[in-house]
Amino acid sequence: MIRFESVSKVYPDGTKAVDELSLVAPSRQITVLVGPSGCGKTTSLRMINRMIEPTGGRIFIDDRDTSTESPTSLRRGIGYVIQHAGLFPHRTIVDNVATVPYLLGQDKKQARKRALELFELVGLPANFAKRYPAQLSGGQQQRVGVARALAADPPVMLMDEPFSAVDPVVRAQLQQEFLRLQGDLGKTIVFVTHDIDEAIKLGDQVAVLRVGGRLAQIATPAELLSSPADPFVAGFVGRDRGYRALGFASAGRLPVSDEPTVRLGSDLSQAKDRARDGWVLVVDDNNAPVGWLAVDRVPDDALTGQVTPELVNLGGTLAKEDGTLREALDSALSSPSGRGVVVDGDGRLLGTITAAEVLERIEQHAAASRTAGAQGGRAAS
Amino acid sequence: MIVASSADSSPWHFWAYFLDHRHEDLGWLWDHVWLSALPVVIGLAISLPLGYLARRYRWVYPPMLSITGLLYTIPSIALFVIVPPLFGLKSLDPLQVPIALTVYSVALLVRVVADGLASVPDDVLQSATAMGFGRVRRLVSVELPIAVPVIAAGLRVAMVSNVSLVAVAGTIGMNNLGRLFDQGIQLSTPTAYYPPIVLGIVLCVLLATVFDVVIVLANRAATPWRRAVAAR
Repeated sequence: MIRFESVSKVYPDGTKAVDELSLVAPSRQITVLVGPSGCGKTTSLRMINRMIEPTGGRIFIDDRDTSTESPTSLRRGIGYVIQHAGLFPHRTIVDNVATVPYLLGQDKKQARKRALELFELVGLPANFAKRYPAQLSGGQQQRVGVARALAADPPVMLMDEPFSAVDPVVRAQLQQEFLRLQGDLGKTIVFVTHDIDEAIKLGDQVAVLRVGGRLAQIATPAELLSSPADPFVAGFVGRDRGYRALGFASAGRLPVSDEPTVRLGSDLSQAKDRARDGWVLVVDDNNAPVGWLAVDRVPDDALTGQVTPELVNLGGTLAKEDGTLREALDSALSSPSGRGVVVDGDGRLLGTITAAEVLERIEQHAAASRTAGAQGGRAAS
Repeated sequence: MIVASSADSSPWHFWAYFLDHRHEDLGWLWDHVWLSALPVVIGLAISLPLGYLARRYRWVYPPMLSITGLLYTIPSIALFVIVPPLFGLKSLDPLQVPIALTVYSVALLVRVVADGLASVPDDVLQSATAMGFGRVRRLVSVELPIAVPVIAAGLRVAMVSNVSLVAVAGTIGMNNLGRLFDQGIQLSTPTAYYPPIVLGIVLCVLLATVFDVVIVLANRAATPWRRAVAAR
């Protein structure tokens, strides 16, 4: 756990970078600091490992006051990842990863062995070991950066816009892997970003800071989207927040309807019989949805044949039965037949749901949270 | 007085001149080697801390550049003459030339070291600090290795310029290849006699080339990471 106790940073010229910041980053969770530039998020992060010394207040890591420790030994126990990875250009990848173990005086051979284990963990091919950072792409360098931060197995990780400098496709991939990694490792992470979407995607809790280094709101992503504390937070969270909040609302047990299906390889005449509104859902032998078949568009000369993958329109996302309302709505809206496909945890078909049915669900959900909000408001007053 | 051994005064007879005087000439070549190399080594040793200070305390950088720039404008012959009284040496002391040339080397290399350290990317410095490098360790194992290419480029300039400056000291009577120019002038009365002068030029250029190649090779050996990138 990392605890800020009215921490301030005022520069000699009077600029307030951080103003009486108090917050707790719980153990084994990702706390995201987000805000516009000049909100002191990076300054706050760097005060944790004392790259910047606070001018007021105290910071505790697991009830140890960080100001009582020597900065170098404090830092060796905290993983740190920055935007351009900041790898050492003159050292090979394996030596980059083993940096902190070397600093801690570990045996070179052992440190390298540990580094190679981390290669696997962060998805780097082992033959990268002897290469130099400049021979890697930005995304690969960032993986090395993460591996290097993990090398000494620190309980705490600080990440300063680690995924901002890579292209959107690689970024999404790195974010996914980061969440998977965190699921396995359970580090206490403080993550800085200017990108609210990234904050909401990655954070267990999100702290929104405003210019001048004051905390505007700290909440879970769902709370932040559904009940921003003030107009600044609402404005920062941005457009579509009502829709995006559905991404955190459990769909519960969706009222699915049975959907007639045909298997891959069965006769097309059967498909034509079972189609509703011109569409029939095709499944494989495990009853997992393959896609939709538009029976009216099958050429006449093919009608005597079988259902082949080439005939199937793959459009439409799948909603999981324990998924979110956003997934359910998207499934219905993206389906060519207008019927969203719902599957179980193993990917097998449960049934279909229409956008109207999902909307009804959304209405119920919104009404329930309005009631809860009103009760909360009464309790507070 | 040295007597011209060959009647032919054509510039192209420098090789014959060398063969006739090789014992003396090789001695001067060796003197030239250490007189030009030693000041660069000592100059680098002095420039490393000075360059570090200029990098660490930014306000030191502009005055340090001005001072070292001014030092470099002192004519070499004047510096050779003024060193003995300043350092309490007698005239034509063997240390006279190395001390003067060390001043020039420092003048060149302080800036080079400061710029080399400045060439280390900021995110590299930050991540080094964040991982728990102390100040000295960071300098030795991160900053200096990355600064090597810039420093090596400066060393090449200092080295070559020293080879030519040492020759100037020959004309005031210090033993080195510069003495060949002195001889050439002496032998040029009443008619011009070129072989020792051409020999001096050839040996100086050869020596400078060898030094340059040595520094280039050492730089390559110290920076395998740059070749790996170039080969990509």
